[in-house]
This record gives sequence, C-alpha cells and structure tokens, in this order.
Amino acid sequence: MGNTYNYKVVRQFAVMTIVWGIVGMLVGVIIAAQLAWPALNFDIPWLTYGRLRPLHTNAVIFAFGGCALFATSYYVVQRTCHVRLCDDRLAAFTFWGWQAVILAAAVTLPLGITTSKEYAELEWPIDILITLVWLAYAYVYFGTILKRRVRHIYVANWFYGAFIITVALLHVVNSAALPVNFLKSYSVYAGVQDAMVQWWYGHNAVGFFLTAGFLGMMYYFVPKQAERPVYSYRLSIVHFWALIFVYIWAGPHHLHYTALPDWAQSLGMVMSLILLAPSWGGMINGIMTLSGAWQKLRTDPVLRFLIVSLSFYGMSTFEGPMMSIKTVNALSHYTDWTIGHVHSGALGWVALVSIGSMYFLLPRLYGREIHSTKLIEVHFWIATLGIVLYISSMWVAGIMQGLMWRAVNPDGTLIYSFVESVQAMHPFYIIRTAGGLFFLIGMLIMAWNLWKTCIGAQPVSAPIPAPAGAH
Amino acid sequence: MDIGAWHGLWSLLILGLFIGIVAWVWSGRRKDYYEQAGRIPLQDDDE
Repeated sequence: MGNTYNYKVVRQFAVMTIVWGIVGMLVGVIIAAQLAWPALNFDIPWLTYGRLRPLHTNAVIFAFGGCALFATSYYVVQRTCHVRLCDDRLAAFTFWGWQAVILAAAVTLPLGITTSKEYAELEWPIDILITLVWLAYAYVYFGTILKRRVRHIYVANWFYGAFIITVALLHVVNSAALPVNFLKSYSVYAGVQDAMVQWWYGHNAVGFFLTAGFLGMMYYFVPKQAERPVYSYRLSIVHFWALIFVYIWAGPHHLHYTALPDWAQSLGMVMSLILLAPSWGGMINGIMTLSGAWQKLRTDPVLRFLIVSLSFYGMSTFEGPMMSIKTVNALSHYTDWTIGHVHSGALGWVALVSIGSMYFLLPRLYGREIHSTKLIEVHFWIATLGIVLYISSMWVAGIMQGLMWRAVNPDGTLIYSFVESVQAMHPFYIIRTAGGLFFLIGMLIMAWNLWKTCIGAQPVSAPIPAPAGAH
Repeated sequence: MDIGAWHGLWSLLILGLFIGIVAWVWSGRRKDYYEQAGRIPLQDDDE
C-alpha cells in the first residue's frame, strides 16, 4: 500500500463531483424556470425559490466544486510529491464527512433552516462538522507535503494550500454564532460589522474557494493535457503571491453605497481594480502554455474545456473589477448583471476547468480510454452555448433593469414601476433557463460518457515512481 | 504616531516584501531551477 498512490479517495470524490454537479445544476434550472414561471413552485413551501436558491448555490459551490477540489488536490499532491497521502483513514473521513455535510444541507435548506448568511446558510451543528472535516483535510494535505520525496513544492500545491488555509479562516470567523437551540443560531456580529464580515467571507469564498483552488487545478491539468510545462513558472509564483496579497481586501465592493464607511468601500474598489493584474497574469500564463502547440485545440476537446475555462476566467476577472467601480456599481448592483457575472465565472471558469479535469482524471483512475471523444465534443459545444445564452441574457436583463430603476421624469418621479421592470425581464429569464438547461444536458452527456468508460473496469492501483532529476 | 501612520508603514512593508519576492523569483540565478520545477507535472507519468 505504501508504494502506491491512494486513488480510492480521489475516485470517490471525482464520481461525486459529477453526481452533485447534476443535482446542483438541476436545482439551478428549476429555480431559473420559477423566475420565468412562478407557478412552478406549486405552492409547496420547500419548493419555493427562497429555499431552493441556497440549495442550488451550496450544491454547485460546495458539493460540485468542493468534491472537484478534494479529488484533484489529493491527486495532484500525491503525484507532484511522489508519495501516498499521509493518512488514508483521515482522507476517507474527509470524503464521508463532506458527503454528510452536503446531505445535511440538502435536508435543512429546503426545510427553511438557515442562518440567512449568503453562501454560509448552514446552521451551527453543520458548521462544526465542516470545521472538523476541514481540519482533517488540512492535516492530510499538508502532512502529505511534509513527507514529499521532491524538494520543490509545485506551484499547484501552493494554490491548493492557500485555498485550504484561507477557507478555514473564513469559515470559522464568519460562522461565529450564538446557538439558541439545535437548529437556530444568531451571528455574534451585528449591523454593519456583520455585513462586512459576511462579505469579507463571501468575496473570499469566491477568491479562495472558487479561484485559488481551481487555479491549482489549472496549473497541473493544463500542462498535463497540453504535454508541455506551464508557459512561465516564475510568472506562476508571482501570480500566486500577488493574488494572496490582494484578494483578501476586495470584499467591501459588495457593500457600495451602504452604511459601511466610505473609505472602506473605496479600499475595496481599489483592491479589486489591482486584482485585474494578477488575474490576467495567471490567465495569460495558462493560455500561453499552449504556445507553439495551438493545433492541439483542434483535436483535443478536453484541452478545449481547459483553455476556454481560462478565457472565461479572463473575462470574468475583467468584468469583476469594472463592476467594483462605484459609478458602474451604482448601475449594476442588485440587478441580473451580477447574476450573469457570477455565472460567467461559475459556469465558464469553475465548471469548465472541473469538467476538463474530470475527463482527464476518471479514465486514468479506471485504466480505460474515454468511451467517446465525439461526446466530449458535443458536451463542449452544448456547454459553451449554454453559458453564452445565460450570460448574454443576464447582461441585457441587468443593464435594462438598472436603467429602468434609475429613469426619472423631469419632476423627479420614477418613469417605471418596479413591476414593469420585472415584466421586462420575462423573455430574458426564459433564455437564461434555456442556457442553464443546455449546460445541464451537457453534464448528463458527460455522466453517460464516463459511466460507459468506467463501468466494469477495475480501479487502477498506481505505483509511485521515483522522483526525476534534481527535484 | 497614530494608528493610521502605523497602518501606512505596515502597507509599505508588505509592498516591499512583495517586490522582494518578485525580484527573488526573477533573479537570473534561479532561471534553471524554476524551468526544472515547471516540468514536475510532466515527470510523474507512470501511465
């Protein structure tokens, strides 16, 4: 056992990535349809938008994205350190513990049991379980790095490591609460401090869960699939440190024009603008890894997933800083533009890089060739079409909303009532639902393709090769 | 000095640290080392 990699836990998390991806995106399509046709909640409380929306966000971020991060980080740390995970039992605990967290969320959120803090809705007993799982994860991950057989710690591990440490800090600080019974607690913070802590957490959930972790994925799987080293390794290190130094300060841009002190809002805006530099440095570094081998994009749909994910990373990390500018934010905030921006990052970057990594990983974990490359092509195009429909409809809807809300007559009265702006959204909500449905169909195609690839196969037990050269 | 001045000094120190990291990483003496490090994912193949 000691001379093979622990692929069991990687396989478990990889399979659940696909399962939770389908579940989370299905709920997303349902709530998108409810916004277009509200009767679809059938007057059943646990099917209403307010209850299913946090279920959707928790399922896609923490279940789908979380499982993808666990799977790939365990795979990458073993292979780049040339050692087995330092503790198999704790690694198994992280898998079963994380699934228990997800199931607890799937039960409590539709029942309306929530802290009401966005992306941190789970009540305190579940928060404690998350903390225990995360501590075990950190122990397994950093313990494996400590016993590595190569001197250098590959840059992907730095990104994964930063993700693990920062998410632990964010979760513990933001979830500090006073329980009043087993299923209800109240935040220890109040007023504007509560809002600031919440958005320090919320923005860095994006920055470290949905960005740093997935950049770790990118820095391993793009070079692997392209069969060439990353374009500039030195740029990847500067990318890492620049992101780490800056990201944590950008949260206040979620609270423009609120009771938060003006200087804090401006600080958040400036830090968000500075973030453009490291984000684009990383994006260019990833895409330029294909320099001199661009023809691979024509024949390799897995590589296409990975490279297009970087393009969406670039787009959304350009759009984000622009939206953080206070005058732009005055138009965009509270509109569907924000929803479009988030999904440009979530579907375009996070989901596509995860999907590309799973197409790389699962056939190798089962020692099989992919069942159908043609189906990966179909998945790629249907997913891309879905994203484009989703984000373009939300851009138009959001800007229209913002303009309608601020339109005033010469006497200062509003030109449009709120309900008129809701009515104007209807066609765009239908297009958004279609976009989400396309993306979900792509996930089902992937599940079928990988099922056909892996069914009946014996799981691979890979020996650990000796480290090469000076490293 | 008031707290604002301390914060300013701290920010300058952090900025200096970041510039130091960049200079260290980009030093010509480490070029080969990092080129080798960039090849780590390609050297783990057993498939």
